[in-house]
Amino acid sequence: MDRAVLLRALREPASMGGLAPAEWDVLLRQGRHVGALGRLAALAAGAGVLPAVPSRVRVRLEAALEDVEQQHRLIRWEVIRLRRALAGTGLPLVLLKGAAYLHAGLPAARGRQFSDVDILVPRASLHEVEAALLREGWKMEALSAYDERYYREWSHELPPLAHPKRHVMLDVHHNILPPTGRLRPDPRLLLEAAIPVTGDGLRVLGPADMVVHSACHLLQSGEHDKSLRDLGDLDALLRHFSAAPRFGDELAARAAALDLERPLFYALRFVARLFGTPIPEATARAVRRAAPPALVRAAMDRLFAAAVEPGPPQDPPRRTRLARAILTVRYHWLRMPPSLLARHLAHKIGGRRGRG
Amino acid sequence: MKLGALSASELTSRLARGGLDVDTGPFVVRVETEIPALAEELRLLYQDFPVDEGGGLADFHVSVRRPAGPLGLRRWWRQQAMVYLDDARPFEPLPIDMAVPMLEWSINWCAATQANQYVMIHAAVLERDGRALVLPGVTGAGKSTLCAGLALRGWRLFSDEFALIRPADGQVDPWPRPISLKNASIEVIRRWAPDAGLSTPVPNTNKGTVAHLRPPAGSVARTGEPAMPAWIVFPTFARDAAPRLTRLPRARAFFKLADCSFNYESLGLRGFTTLSRMIDGCDAYEFTYSSLEDALSLLGALPLP
Repeated sequence: MDRAVLLRALREPASMGGLAPAEWDVLLRQGRHVGALGRLAALAAGAGVLPAVPSRVRVRLEAALEDVEQQHRLIRWEVIRLRRALAGTGLPLVLLKGAAYLHAGLPAARGRQFSDVDILVPRASLHEVEAALLREGWKMEALSAYDERYYREWSHELPPLAHPKRHVMLDVHHNILPPTGRLRPDPRLLLEAAIPVTGDGLRVLGPADMVVHSACHLLQSGEHDKSLRDLGDLDALLRHFSAAPRFGDELAARAAALDLERPLFYALRFVARLFGTPIPEATARAVRRAAPPALVRAAMDRLFAAAVEPGPPQDPPRRTRLARAILTVRYHWLRMPPSLLARHLAHKIGGRRGRG
Repeated sequence: MKLGALSASELTSRLARGGLDVDTGPFVVRVETEIPALAEELRLLYQDFPVDEGGGLADFHVSVRRPAGPLGLRRWWRQQAMVYLDDARPFEPLPIDMAVPMLEWSINWCAATQANQYVMIHAAVLERDGRALVLPGVTGAGKSTLCAGLALRGWRLFSDEFALIRPADGQVDPWPRPISLKNASIEVIRRWAPDAGLSTPVPNTNKGTVAHLRPPAGSVARTGEPAMPAWIVFPTFARDAAPRLTRLPRARAFFKLADCSFNYESLGLRGFTTLSRMIDGCDAYEFTYSSLEDALSLLGALPLP
């Protein structure tokens, strides 16, 4: 399958108006696979090409738009419930990722499919927040003692929660990267700079922080089969925020303050290469200082390009699988010091053998 | 061109190389397989369906292959088949003679998980005089037998598994695929219509013995003609019971119907609006029956709402 089809549709939505039926076949399958069918539909509608696409495609895209609308409705409802559950803590509710884009009314939310809510709370309030949620009926999925410990000690979030009567997953973060990792942003900076959005007591990260978080997520995620969707987020955020005159400087300054210039360097490089996203000059200049040596950079370029390749859904090409495997190793390497990583791998591999 | 018009070798080679796009009406299904027996059964069941030559755009992609076993021995000994969908392997590898039921169940699975352009209800649907009869029901309620019985005697077959309701106008789209018959029903239908096209019965599936009935050619020819639902009938088969048809209050019918839906929950407002409108325009009944003759005459005499 032609990998360029999905990428081109995301980059240049108007190009969807001229696709042949066989190209649509590829595009719809790949779009579904990376969780971007809703985004494609929103882009096609925005570009005014919906009337021009084959009718079989149009019904699918229109249904995807309706699906997204329903998902967003559920997320908004969940946030209202969360707000009520946490009212007693006196903390503002700081939303991350999809729920933040949605409540801030950002273009990145258009057509975005998601079914979980991510929030950021101060580490000192973690127990209080957890207790309040459990009291209001949220449940933690049953985990092995090891996984429980993994989350509690080495991760930047609580084990996932969900209310049993609703199907929305909730991730409660106390940072945007794990405390065991090489990069350690100070979450207090993020919380202090969070800005209010419509809705009682709701906040989202400041524009620059939001971009930095999206960059981290892209680079430090353990799963790359959905990376094209994440790149789409980053692209939409950058295009929207860059309209503000001082945004480039602000982004550079925040990346430096949070000690996240390296992931931002990579993320901006990849989004510019794959999506053609304009990068503010001030930011580009600043993060270049954080660039890795040329050899590493070249290796990462190739790995990332191969890993995000959607490929035929039934059978990703070998180079894609290999690149994803290498990036997964890198992900764990960045997440934990070597001693902890060795323990983690020993446990996971040993555990898998034990079960098999 | 109809699938039945393809020569045996052309059918086999298109199925094996790149897949054959079968136009089943609301969905084009790309079937890929190199299992010769499956090609033969496919011809028997789908002979009247057009092959889609619309340029390679399919809604569902189903590939039935032999999984690679140790040393390739499985090719010769206890042959197996496995279904590969774009994003799922819905079944463990199963003996190769279960390939037909697996293919059919996989196509159903694709629709149930993807076709949110419809409000989908697990129901048999038939049409007469332009109005649709919807027979929702759990497996074992006898809806497939009833569906086959009616479809072979004057009713137009829409589907034995899916009521595809269009949110825009409330009409039901036909999807007249093969009807899945289980156990004793196979013999009942053979007696009911001795010349009906039936696939080779497959014993020991998790639903017992299964055979598929070829949809009537007249129904397949009219996949483009939807119908407004008029009757919602919840059937129960009860051996030796006298036939009994009782009216069901609309509110109860609504919840029973929503209960049988594949995607009512996930559609949210769309699901609610569509089903409410449907209930408002239909009469709902509960129906107990023990013979197809009784069912045919009672359901055939239902007044318009």
